[in-house]
Amino acid sequence: MNELIIWYGELTTPRRLTRRGLKFLGVGMLWILLFLVLPGLVLVAVSFATRGSYGQLEWSFTLENYKRLTGFSVFGWTADYMIILWRSVWVAFVTCLAAVILSYPLCFFICSRPERTRYLWLMLVVIPFWTNMVIRTYAWFLILAPEFPPARIAHFFGFLPPNTPLYPNAFAVYIGMVTIFLPFVALPLYSSVERLDWSLVEAAQDLYASRTRVFLQAILPQTMPGLSVGIILTFVPAMGMFVVPDLLGGAKYMLVGNLIEQQFGASRDWPFGAAVSMALMLLTMVSLYLYRRKHKEMQIV
Amino acid sequence: MATTKSTGLAVRGINKRFGPVNALKEISLDVQEGEFFTLLGPSGCGKTTLLRIIAGLELPDSGKVILGGQDITSLPATRRQVNTVFQSYALFPHLTIFDNVAFGLRARKFPKNEIEGRVGKRLEMLGLLDMAHRRPHQLSGGQQQRVALARALVNEPKVLLLDEPMSALDARLRAQVQVELRRLQRKLGQTFILVTHDQAEAMVVSDRIAVMNQGMIIQFGSPKDVYEQPRTRFVAEFLGAANLLKGRKKHHGLETDIGFLVLEREPKWENGTVAIRPERMHITEDPASVNSTRARVREAIYRGTDLDLWLDPGPLRVRTASNQHYEAGDEIWLELPSEALVILDE
Repeated sequence: MNELIIWYGELTTPRRLTRRGLKFLGVGMLWILLFLVLPGLVLVAVSFATRGSYGQLEWSFTLENYKRLTGFSVFGWTADYMIILWRSVWVAFVTCLAAVILSYPLCFFICSRPERTRYLWLMLVVIPFWTNMVIRTYAWFLILAPEFPPARIAHFFGFLPPNTPLYPNAFAVYIGMVTIFLPFVALPLYSSVERLDWSLVEAAQDLYASRTRVFLQAILPQTMPGLSVGIILTFVPAMGMFVVPDLLGGAKYMLVGNLIEQQFGASRDWPFGAAVSMALMLLTMVSLYLYRRKHKEMQIV
Repeated sequence: MATTKSTGLAVRGINKRFGPVNALKEISLDVQEGEFFTLLGPSGCGKTTLLRIIAGLELPDSGKVILGGQDITSLPATRRQVNTVFQSYALFPHLTIFDNVAFGLRARKFPKNEIEGRVGKRLEMLGLLDMAHRRPHQLSGGQQQRVALARALVNEPKVLLLDEPMSALDARLRAQVQVELRRLQRKLGQTFILVTHDQAEAMVVSDRIAVMNQGMIIQFGSPKDVYEQPRTRFVAEFLGAANLLKGRKKHHGLETDIGFLVLEREPKWENGTVAIRPERMHITEDPASVNSTRARVREAIYRGTDLDLWLDPGPLRVRTASNQHYEAGDEIWLELPSEALVILDE
């Protein structure tokens, strides 16, 4: 153990290296342990506890919270919570998809600009990214207000009664979510598009590829690293998002984030909130696993 | 429409500008079917731009590209029966060697068994059959280059374009690949157009060479023509080494710094330049009857296959067999045979 080794030009021993490594890692490990692992474990424990009549925690072990989540209650079975969970996955998926579809042309547009103006365009993507989410969501209130063109057009085509805003509804939630998450996809994707090897695109064109084929075989595989980061950065927080659906969806379009917020807030039902949180975590992990598996397949195709 | 009887390729009056740069100026050329044609020139001479215009990856500002009698100038690359071997090979990294080679056939929806047959045949021809299921990054540079070649050839293009395909290979492998490429083209009888800046490579593989400089074609001809009868100073110097001698026309010859030289033909100019290859000059014991000059060896460079002597006067250079013995300071007689003196245009 005390043999001398050369480590990146430094004469030292393995033991000294281990000690130093632990010293550097220790602070971070402690932080994660205290503020992530422990609360996580507490959450697991709480999800098996019972709500007291005043909203306090009673430490009697029960599976009641999970049973309730799957829809069983004293009044019989209801699909409400399942619908909310499924809807959350669906909204996150649609948000991702819309952000990706919008990001591709955006990134190619920015990359096609001359170097000097390119960062200006990029800035236009970054500024909303830096702006508070609540402010941006409230901005949609204004845009979707009855006096403004979107609501008027909707009214003109008979989708909306007169003098009503275009919210709260599912459409408003999607719009809000996509605006929030667009930079999360666009920025990592941009870094991939910027480094794109255009000779592969030309090779595909030279080999009689249609536009779709050029995209699938020459552009998509090359932009996959950025796209993957963007999708994960969007999907995971979109699953738990509650500000946007709360403001733009209201009670009409509740997502799992709102449900959790409600349990820990207004309903004062921490055990059930913890159980819903567990379900959300599980769903997120399953989705990511499925995505990764699909991703691996795609590389082979 | 057709300007050539054969189904070859014709380029007519191509112009191309990139901002302030005039990349191509009124380029016209004809490539016969089954010919190995080379565009040779220094970097930035426009040869790659011309190739890209033929491939359909770039649009000319004016002029026409005619393939087999049909104007294809405005046809996109996807719809041209022309395939390219790219300088970087541009193999699809996520696809196997087999899938890379099959790419063009799959894009055109060939039946599955025909794809397998044709791809297999090409892979076998280029010795790649064992690697069919590997990915490009698992192959050496030489193997990748052959995959790029197979991927283009499997489509049986009317013209195969090669954009400096050997620049990434080491010198030894390059020499070998040049000979292989030459044989392959002979065997297939297909039209090849190669772009290169390597004059030795152009000599080895080509039936015909077009020497380009600053967006213009300076000279067409067989490797022997362009090497032995360069028309301009640029061609003489770009294709191998050349001694350039300035002089004034005199009766049946030229008055130069190293004396009077008898020429075979009368030059068209009064003051101009003649060129002579270092290996075409002779070192003699005694002065020859004409075109002889006394010189001193300034530096002797042993090159294995031959011996280069840099001489005084002037930057004269002579190349002799490497079994000869000369040292700096030796006095020699030098003969410049009339038939080896090439009268340049300017």
